[in-house]
Amino acid sequence: MANKIRLATTSLAGCFGCHTSFLDIDERLLKLAEVVEFDRSPLTDIEHCNPCDIGLIEGGVCNSENIHTLREFRKHCKILVAVGACAINGGLPGYRNTIPLEECLGESYLDGIGVENPQIPSDPELPLLLNKVYPIHEVVKIDYSLPGCPPSADVFWKFLTDLIDGREPSLPYELVHYD
Amino acid sequence: MSKTITIDSKAIPFEEGQTIMEAAAAAGIYIPHLCHHPDYTPHGSCKLCNVKVNGRVCSACTFPAMEGQEILNETKELNDDRRKITQMLFVEGNHLCPGCEKSGNCKLQAVGYYLNMLDNHFVHFFARRNLDASHPEVLIDLNRCIFCTLCVRASQQKDGKDVFAISGRGINKQLIFNAESGLLKDTDLEATDEAAHICPTGAILIKRTGYHVPIGERIYDHKQIDQVSLETEHPEHGK
Repeated sequence: MANKIRLATTSLAGCFGCHTSFLDIDERLLKLAEVVEFDRSPLTDIEHCNPCDIGLIEGGVCNSENIHTLREFRKHCKILVAVGACAINGGLPGYRNTIPLEECLGESYLDGIGVENPQIPSDPELPLLLNKVYPIHEVVKIDYSLPGCPPSADVFWKFLTDLIDGREPSLPYELVHYD
Repeated sequence: MSKTITIDSKAIPFEEGQTIMEAAAAAGIYIPHLCHHPDYTPHGSCKLCNVKVNGRVCSACTFPAMEGQEILNETKELNDDRRKITQMLFVEGNHLCPGCEKSGNCKLQAVGYYLNMLDNHFVHFFARRNLDASHPEVLIDLNRCIFCTLCVRASQQKDGKDVFAISGRGINKQLIFNAESGLLKDTDLEATDEAAHICPTGAILIKRTGYHVPIGERIYDHKQIDQVSLETEHPEHGK
């Protein structure tokens, strides 16, 4: 196929569980590879996005690097997709959102049980933490969302095949889960 | 001849004194709802049961059925509104389904599924709310309270107690417990009370019962809430 659909994926404040679930489409990956070329993704080690048709974002936005990555994806992807609970509402990392950041860092690195040599990590290489973990639609425009923790392999398959075949993506009842 | 209303062009009989919700349910028609429960006085606060009655939007759970009403229920416009209302409920509290014991058995979640709600759309409040684990058998997580007042009504109307109330207004309102200390352990709530089991979300949980039902066998894993609602709240019309 001369012009393959270009697909990029990344995980921000996520656990790669959504990526793992995506790989659970198993042998259907071969079918997908006939029509899709992976661009920036943990599966390819391409570090920066080229112009793409579809971008899949796992995880919420918890630090400055996440914002740069998300904006790069938005700039280069025609269709940007929030994948999984964390991208949609902050998810598990979002549990820190009701606690001030200073208290979180204090508990983890200064006052917590078993902390030795207490200090807040401040290496300039480390991306700065945001005050909260933000759902990605609060930072850039999102075109579609795939709920689930993680969305099942069938959700990825149904969504991508709908898009690739030119249908408006839709998920039947059995594929919609928030957990 | 009995009196009738029409819902989505279908003639539905009703008895004097019935609400639109009651007449609909008796005829096997589901109108989405969260704060309504057939056993308790209607509250009319969640607005999910909004229907169009002769062109005007009304809450089906509080509005009386009257001869000649032409009612719209299953329309794109109404379901779009209901989805937005559900999204607002999700962003107002902290509804993180993957970490909630009620997941799979939760009416708020099931309504989201029913309305094909795939995201929360709005900006999240991430409000700081408390959790009361003081009671030996019942846990209350206010992060998941949607102020439906079903526990308030169940405690008063069924249990003959007065354990719960909603205090404050607007964004500052919260569920409070009837005890000097404000703690659940100092109320006369018991795990066998109806009020401890009526919560549509995971705000009121019975301790040590979480995750007893495996994924795949939970209430809403395979059945939609319209079917479950008619089966459980109006058994004579279960499909």
